Amino acid sequence: MRQDSLALRRQRHLSDEALVALVARGDEAALGELYDRVGRVAYGIAFRILRDERLAEDALQEGFLAVWRSAATFRAERAKASTWVVTLVHRRAVDIVRREERRRAEPLEATTAQDAPDPAGSAEDEAWLGFERERVLGALAALADAQREAIELAYYGGYSQSELAEMLGVPLGTIKSRMFAGLARLRELLDESDTERTWTPRLTS
Amino acid sequence: MDTEAHELIAGYALDALEPADRARAKELLERSEEAREELRSLTETTAAMATAVSGPAPPPGLRDRILESAREDRQTVVPLESRRRPRLVPLLGAAAAVAAVVAVALGVWGLSVSSDLDDSRAALTQARAAAAVLASPDARQVALQQGDGSLVVSGSDAVLVLNQMEAAPAGKTYEVWVLDGETPVRAGLFPGGGSRDVVPVDGTVGPGAQVLVTLERAGGVDAPTASPIVASNPV
Repeated sequence: MRQDSLALRRQRHLSDEALVALVARGDEAALGELYDRVGRVAYGIAFRILRDERLAEDALQEGFLAVWRSAATFRAERAKASTWVVTLVHRRAVDIVRREERRRAEPLEATTAQDAPDPAGSAEDEAWLGFERERVLGALAALADAQREAIELAYYGGYSQSELAEMLGVPLGTIKSRMFAGLARLRELLDESDTERTWTPRLTS
Repeated sequence: MDTEAHELIAGYALDALEPADRARAKELLERSEEAREELRSLTETTAAMATAVSGPAPPPGLRDRILESAREDRQTVVPLESRRRPRLVPLLGAAAAVAAVVAVALGVWGLSVSSDLDDSRAALTQARAAAAVLASPDARQVALQQGDGSLVVSGSDAVLVLNQMEAAPAGKTYEVWVLDGETPVRAGLFPGGGSRDVVPVDGTVGPGAQVLVTLERAGGVDAPTASPIVASNPV
């Protein structure tokens, strides 16, 4: 089946989940479209963990290869497709950071200065990302300090629970409970702000 | 789920577990629907954390390099798949009646089976589940009242084998249902579009139950909203 240009035009209207279904059938154009939609965020998180362009690129290559190979196992009832892709890339980035022993986990705010618009991204995408970023940063800021520290160092720093226990000088059990409490609270806060947004759209922060 | 299980799943969602705990988490996820649901929900939260990151845009050549490595991967995966098949078929060959179906099933799943990445574990589990049903000595075929294919049943496990299902249109998915009594129960989603789709039916398919497929919105729904495209005879 060689209908790439037709497929390309068609794919702009497909859901992320439908794209993954096409990727499962070996459709490269669908993989490219998925990259166009999720690549920006996926690269952002990989770079945040690895702080190195070449390593972040490795994480994306490996993560998208995992998408390519395991698209047939994707189940829409388990996750949104975009979430699934980000999860695979995050896992690669964490594997790489542990392998490379690169450990840089300054607070999240420290990187905002490097923010640069993606020349390939549309203005709508950028606006949405900016909006979403404000919402999530707001929710993170509302967490108890110890909880925020635990989940940020884990997710943005790639630290394991035992590494964090040692680094912060607290029992492993404390780290585990802070992570769960922090993540569960963040979920609540995001759900609330999502509802809020539905009722009263705020376009500025 | 107890506190320990919740903490394990949270650690897994953050990719913060040590290898031994990660293995425990995967084991828990395999047997507990509640744990899978918790992971689904917490993963949306961690993915939201990813969107909060500011940073440089991806390098311009990365997209091409990713597509290039996918293309190369396709060339290496195919031979792997054909190497593995002969090893698995004798193992499964006992059920002569469904042998052809098994070969097709393994072909369909070959790409996942040959992947050595972490996530192939789930695929492998599912492929094994499908293969186990298809190859089981007591496997029997139940005809479809509607649709092209058959339902293969072993004990209370079942696999739908469907021919020439068109790919579900944009924003839609095929959803499988088990009808045992009045209320259809969700039994999995699949995109269709293969020359032959081999779809494990989630949950149990008891005597007298029927398996149905409807076309629903992406992500699936809790109760069917359309009339069935595929319907099996009662098991």
